[in-house]
Amino acid sequence: MATTALGHRAHAAAGHAEPTGIWSWITTVDHKRIGILYGTTAFMFFLMGGIEALLLRIQLGSPDNTFLSPTTYNELFTMHGTTMIFLAIMPISAAFFNFIIPLQIGARDVAFPRLNAFSYWVFLMGGLFLNVSWLFGAAPDTGWFGYANLTSRQYSPGINVDFWLFGLQILGVASLAAAVNFFTTVLNLRAPGMRLMRMPIFTWMSFITQVLLLLAFPVITVALILLMFDRFFGTNFYVPSGGGDPLLWQHLFWIFGHPEVYILILPAFGIISEILPVFSRKPLFGYAAMVFSGIFIAFLGFGVWSHHMFATGMGPIADTYFSLVTMLIAIPTGVKIFNWLGTAWGGSIQYKTPMYFALGFIAMFIIGGLSGVMHASPPADLQQTDTYFVVAHFHYVMFGGSIFGLVAGAYYWWPKMFGRVLNERLGKWHFWLMLIGFNVTFFPMHILGLNGMPRRVYTYPAGLGFETLNLLETIGAFILASSFAVFLYNIYRTWRGPRNAPADPWNGATLEWSIPSPPQEWNFAEVPVVHGRDPLWEAKRERSGPLPEPARVSGEGIHLPNPSYWPLVTALGLTAMMAGVMLIHHLGPWGILAGGAIMLFGIFNWVFEPAG
Amino acid sequence: MDAHASPASEHSHPSVGVYIRIGLVLFVLTALEVGLYEFTYGHHAGPAGHAIEPFFVPLLLLLSAAKFALVAMFYMHLKQDERVLSGVFIFPLIIATVLIFGLIALEAYHFAFARSG
Amino acid sequence: MSDHAAHAAAAHPDTATGIDSRKLAIWTFIGSECLFFATLISNYLVHKETWLTGPGPFPHEAWTSPAGKVFEPIIEIPLVTLGTALLLFSSLFVVLALANAQRGNRRGLLLWLGCTLLCGLFFVGMQVYEFTHFVHKGLTLKTNLFGGSFFVLTGFHGTHVSIGVLWLFTLWILAWRGKLTADKSLNLEIAALYWHFVDVVWVVIFPVVYLIK
Repeated sequence: MATTALGHRAHAAAGHAEPTGIWSWITTVDHKRIGILYGTTAFMFFLMGGIEALLLRIQLGSPDNTFLSPTTYNELFTMHGTTMIFLAIMPISAAFFNFIIPLQIGARDVAFPRLNAFSYWVFLMGGLFLNVSWLFGAAPDTGWFGYANLTSRQYSPGINVDFWLFGLQILGVASLAAAVNFFTTVLNLRAPGMRLMRMPIFTWMSFITQVLLLLAFPVITVALILLMFDRFFGTNFYVPSGGGDPLLWQHLFWIFGHPEVYILILPAFGIISEILPVFSRKPLFGYAAMVFSGIFIAFLGFGVWSHHMFATGMGPIADTYFSLVTMLIAIPTGVKIFNWLGTAWGGSIQYKTPMYFALGFIAMFIIGGLSGVMHASPPADLQQTDTYFVVAHFHYVMFGGSIFGLVAGAYYWWPKMFGRVLNERLGKWHFWLMLIGFNVTFFPMHILGLNGMPRRVYTYPAGLGFETLNLLETIGAFILASSFAVFLYNIYRTWRGPRNAPADPWNGATLEWSIPSPPQEWNFAEVPVVHGRDPLWEAKRERSGPLPEPARVSGEGIHLPNPSYWPLVTALGLTAMMAGVMLIHHLGPWGILAGGAIMLFGIFNWVFEPAG
Repeated sequence: MDAHASPASEHSHPSVGVYIRIGLVLFVLTALEVGLYEFTYGHHAGPAGHAIEPFFVPLLLLLSAAKFALVAMFYMHLKQDERVLSGVFIFPLIIATVLIFGLIALEAYHFAFARSG
Repeated sequence: MSDHAAHAAAAHPDTATGIDSRKLAIWTFIGSECLFFATLISNYLVHKETWLTGPGPFPHEAWTSPAGKVFEPIIEIPLVTLGTALLLFSSLFVVLALANAQRGNRRGLLLWLGCTLLCGLFFVGMQVYEFTHFVHKGLTLKTNLFGGSFFVLTGFHGTHVSIGVLWLFTLWILAWRGKLTADKSLNLEIAALYWHFVDVVWVVIFPVVYLIK
């Protein structure tokens, strides 16, 4: 029903002037603006999560430190994890889905522009909902994984867990709505000639990510619903004294949680698979192998969840199965790594900032992948569980992998998004500070973990041999933070400079580089026709030279969707409804009914307004 | 409408007669389900019901799967519509089925050995 | 309503797959919902052996109250069978409504869509009755894990049915005002897909919850 138009209003036929002002952003349904909103919001949350990490590192910098209380420490590590996963990496990836996918497939927008705006507003509300908890002095404090039965009313009587529970529930709606939208967009809105096996690899990996979102998020939704019933309505799903089973939470959480880590990494895989060919001046090595290994990784991702649970004692059969399937994942991942190396091999490599980050990604991700294979073995995992070795592992894949990839993407697509090329010299400073800071922070964690330092503990006594490496890690964390200060300065300087980026600053291969930077509202004045995997390189080869700079056109006669504020109203209603459930013992059903009424009002107006 | 009918959206959905016949089959299958229950556990259960008890669950799941498939193929038009739509439905169904049986197996082990010690 | 050409174009889209985006989207959503209900059904099944006390759906030696009272099985199969049959018939009625909508037969559309709505309403009513009945017999969310997992599973299914009733009712009003014309029958087709899905979920829940011991 999303785009049902029951009436029809003729759009102003004359050339479109790009609307400006805050109202134009609130009512926007343009995928490029929504992408920028996603990116900006998520980067703010990323900085918050970073500050939380710095506080944690200050606390751990010296033994027996009292800089943070144990309670605050618990809140900070919970919010750091939750923020980085749900409010930083996922929505920064979503920023690229929004901005880049329609451009790469030659579309004028996504399939459901208003649903897209809805996803963004719900994401924003969910992020605010989670972080408002700080103002109440009740930030979630049970870890991003929220293991039962620590989250039960008995052990967590406060509203901390409730903020986490309903915050994640709201964010889940945003992710699912976006996933339906992008799944449909990729399948349906491809330009003529763009067969599935001609799609740019970033679009492919993003498409697979949508499938994972669609199938993994319902599971966490139900797991959270069951937790809600346990906490609010007296059921015993996770309560052993009532016959329930805390382990069920772990199963449901990781059935979601393992696909989730691929949701976090696959977009980064896609980004660097775009960057490596362009800066090596060679087509991607083994395109089909790249696509199928991505599908294979995603598929296996649903069958390995219990490798997060070896320490719970699942018995030899389950341990063997989950161990073997986990090790199998090394095969498609290895295929990807060798194909990336094969792409760069023998190419005429252009040492630009995006390429630096892409190469950094490969090196760091290999380290994280190798420690991952180590966890796949139950006996080894039993030694490593709950130690800093695990912390080292997932930061190498999440930061060394995802964040390196996303930063690479930011440098690569910045000119397309904003019409300005980021400064190269500052970009390289950013890279080296980030690479050094990252390794100084996280590499020693391998050693500390193997020496037995437990994670999630707010301090450690002197004399265990943990002091030096912890101090080193804290210094590394500040170097890492400084790299993002350089990035911010780079953004500021570039912002002040002229908007003069050409349409195709990197000699790109894909369709987004064929249109002006930044693109006009309708992206493509004429819908392109695609004949191969690297359409722009093919066009350049035919001309035996660069393409002429595309002209900005008036866009007369191009039909654009109308702006709408109903997605925002609906998102507000949804958030109010969730808050109503959270406050049910104070407001009775009225909070839920009020929120639900606003949501329904929003939906009906949305459905019956002219979509344009 | 008919003048514009494209092969994509029309695909000659089944006729009203087919719909009604499928409806009757669904009704009969539901009656068989309940009948099977009555025969095995109900007030009229005899020695024959006892004999088929081991097959009760598989038979019931089979009947349920048949109803599921009939609704999906004919009422939801998967039989005539684009195959992509069947994929969009069947792939999640496979994951969902594996999930249910996997969780039952893991939790059954857990309850049988780990929890009772 | 003036611009029929535009709507005809919307009904027969020029997409890369040839499928209307809204139809593909509802199928995508249905695929996702499979996992939602699979998790709820799993939750019901893994707690099947862990009901510490009665009442339960079938007799169980362990389910005696401290006073030695044996709990009677609580489920009423005949009533639920009727609800199940009506939900199945509603699926038939909604395809008949769709066939009429596609042929532009407004009267047939109103009739069959009305029948669908009545069946849906009856099903929801049956569930309200059943829930009240269970509570009177001493089974609430808190009583045992059967109560918890049963009410959550069937309750979320019932919520889906209710949303479907609201959706179909909106379409019935549109049809009544003559706004659900043949070129817009896709609006009904999408709602019907959702309705059938809710129906097949019940096709699974019915034997799993009510018949299997």
